[in-house]
Amino acid sequence: MFKLLRASLLMLLVMTVITGVLYPLAVTGVAHVAFPHQADGSLILRDGHVVGSRLIGQPFDDPRYFWGRPSATSPQPYNGAASAGSNLGPTNPALADAVRQRIAALHAADPGNTQPVPVDLVTASASGLDPEISPAAAQYQLARVARARHLDVARVRQLVAAHTQGRWLGLFGEPRVNVLALNLALDAPSH
Amino acid sequence: MTANDYLQMGLFLGLLLLLAIPLGSYMARVFADTPNRVTRFGGGIERAIYRLCGIRADEDMGWKRYTLAMLVFNLVGLLVVYALQRCQAWLPLNPAHLPAVSADSSMNTAISFATNTNWQGYGGESTMSYLTQMLGLAVQNFLSAATGIAVLVAVIRGFVRRSAQGLGNFWVDLTRSTLYVLLPLSLLLALALVSQGVVQNFHPYAEATLVQPSHITETVKDAAGHPMKDAQGHDQTRDVPVTTQTLPMGPAASQIAIKQLGTNGGGFFNVNSAHPYENPTPLSNLLEVLSILLIPAALCLTFGRMVGDRRQGWALLATMLAIFVPLLIACTAAEQAGTPMLAHLGVDQHASALQAGGNMEGKETRFGIVDSTVWATATTAASNGSVNAMHDSFTPLGGLVPMWLIQLGEVIFGGVGSGLYGLLAFAVVAVFIAGLMVGRTPEYLGKKIEAHEMKMASIAVLIPCALVVIGTAIAVMAPAGVAGLANPGAHGFSEILYAVSSASNNNGSAFAGLSANTPFWNVLLGICMFLARYPLIVAMLAMAGSLAAKRHVPPSAGTLPTHTPLFVALLACVVIVVGALTFLPALALGPIVESLSGH
Repeated sequence: MFKLLRASLLMLLVMTVITGVLYPLAVTGVAHVAFPHQADGSLILRDGHVVGSRLIGQPFDDPRYFWGRPSATSPQPYNGAASAGSNLGPTNPALADAVRQRIAALHAADPGNTQPVPVDLVTASASGLDPEISPAAAQYQLARVARARHLDVARVRQLVAAHTQGRWLGLFGEPRVNVLALNLALDAPSH
Repeated sequence: MTANDYLQMGLFLGLLLLLAIPLGSYMARVFADTPNRVTRFGGGIERAIYRLCGIRADEDMGWKRYTLAMLVFNLVGLLVVYALQRCQAWLPLNPAHLPAVSADSSMNTAISFATNTNWQGYGGESTMSYLTQMLGLAVQNFLSAATGIAVLVAVIRGFVRRSAQGLGNFWVDLTRSTLYVLLPLSLLLALALVSQGVVQNFHPYAEATLVQPSHITETVKDAAGHPMKDAQGHDQTRDVPVTTQTLPMGPAASQIAIKQLGTNGGGFFNVNSAHPYENPTPLSNLLEVLSILLIPAALCLTFGRMVGDRRQGWALLATMLAIFVPLLIACTAAEQAGTPMLAHLGVDQHASALQAGGNMEGKETRFGIVDSTVWATATTAASNGSVNAMHDSFTPLGGLVPMWLIQLGEVIFGGVGSGLYGLLAFAVVAVFIAGLMVGRTPEYLGKKIEAHEMKMASIAVLIPCALVVIGTAIAVMAPAGVAGLANPGAHGFSEILYAVSSASNNNGSAFAGLSANTPFWNVLLGICMFLARYPLIVAMLAMAGSLAAKRHVPPSAGTLPTHTPLFVALLACVVIVVGALTFLPALALGPIVESLSGH
């Protein structure tokens, strides 16, 4: 029994060194040579400051910006330190209330808009950090953003198209628009 | 459902088979008794490890010795993970200064990772230091998976060997699983994931300045901590500005690779593979979801090669697919249809070129519906338990599919190793039932199935069923059990049923609204996870020991062939009947009644 215990402890130690130390260090080492930007979080820099990550969404509720998916993180939405979904069930009245409020907020920011609201714009994402919206959700907000910024709708549409990604190989995933990148492009001085 | 939904499902299954075939034959060589090119290649490292640990690699262990080595090794690992969590505050690599984890949560997590369940009562980025994640959790990701493969290989040897005492050497099987299978695949996957944007570093969490500053509304409190009231008697609130965003970092990619490949499923971040830093693109998603089923599918083919009849392996894989594919389509159809509640509010849930449509609550835009349902079905068919969408927010019938797949005993793919030895227990039951029909002693793969084998197979089949039913009963009766529900009515019951099913079948996914990080839930689920893993392994190894000692019976005219569509149908029926008879009453109280009341 003692021999078995000793073998177990030593085996655990050896395996810990291989899988718990050497393996992650090897991955980190190669990753930082081959993909340094991705390994460090795909950060977006402006004048040397980090203004966000391409992969992590930010909260927007100003009519001048495109809004992202509703976020269920707490205490504030898009809290990167505590990712979370709402976990509300499909028949939970609290979900209906939340969706009703989100529709109302969208209508309040854009009273003339009578299009049906795309589902991803009023439902909370799984992570609470979803960086993207569907092209339908971007199109729904186009006129509002253009009006709030006194920009030509065609110009804004062009920007949305430039920040839209299709399915991978035209097959996998869903088409989507990166909200933070689009809003940063709107804020860029050239417009 | 859209044409693209079907296309993505079909391509996924095609790619899975394409990858499983070469891996299956490779693993057959890794675990072969005779030296070959693969085992010679790593022979030097292997021998060094055995010498260092004082292990005699040529010892052929009987089933009791094999079981004992497995149990002691797992127990030691479990205790180390517990100790690491309790001490992380005083250990290095803790840049976020996270405190020690509570005793009940540490116990739950230690059992969870040692048993290949990876149920997580905690949120990774706010609980575990980098050191705990690397030396505790990531190591167990490898070792629990390697343990599962080792036990499976020993069980297969029980069928293959004739009049033999030994089942092989646990240490050799464990080492080879890790070095030749899990480690190289993880390295490749981890680097592919980093290329897509999964983080891999040891930096402290980054701070970003928000483009549009935001605020949180909080209640104003007096010195005693009570909310202050305004003139109308309402709680006074104030706005606190939020100008920055914390971006979590860490060595995520290396851990995500093995948690997918080893059917572990424990996420680096709280929302698991729904987190954009764990699963940033459709390509990363495809790689991760393929990794869930890759080894369990390939092991079926390894099995066929090891027993010397490849058709036997294909029959088991066909059985898995026969149950998996219809359930995948059902889940996708339910989610793509959306929910009546949102339809009443005038929300546009139709699929089009511009949006995925469907039930998007708790789903990510880049995955839409079909990537989320493929994942949900795969992760619960296999005992992986990672998620890329919140199962709690699935439609009632869409959520029933993953729950029932777990309750089928984690044998439709199942955990690496554990899924196949679980299905072999069902196969023994199936040939026994067939034997009863014609009044002959049943045989499987040339071995007579007698009373002892039937007892062990029945124990293996019934343990998870009993744990789910008894555990759920305890939880709904205990005030502490219902205290943490996030949703009212039938859906709340589903949250409890899902949690106990997940733990009692070593899956690890959740209807995550349930607040399960309480002493009651940590203890109950800890016990379920432990009993679902080790007694079942002991029963299977006992069966293998008895089978190995038997002589080979040549097939006769009365032998039921076990590679035919007839046997596939029989085996699938046995799995479904056991799962349906045991759980339909409980499912009727949860998702089924919710679905009927939701319209």
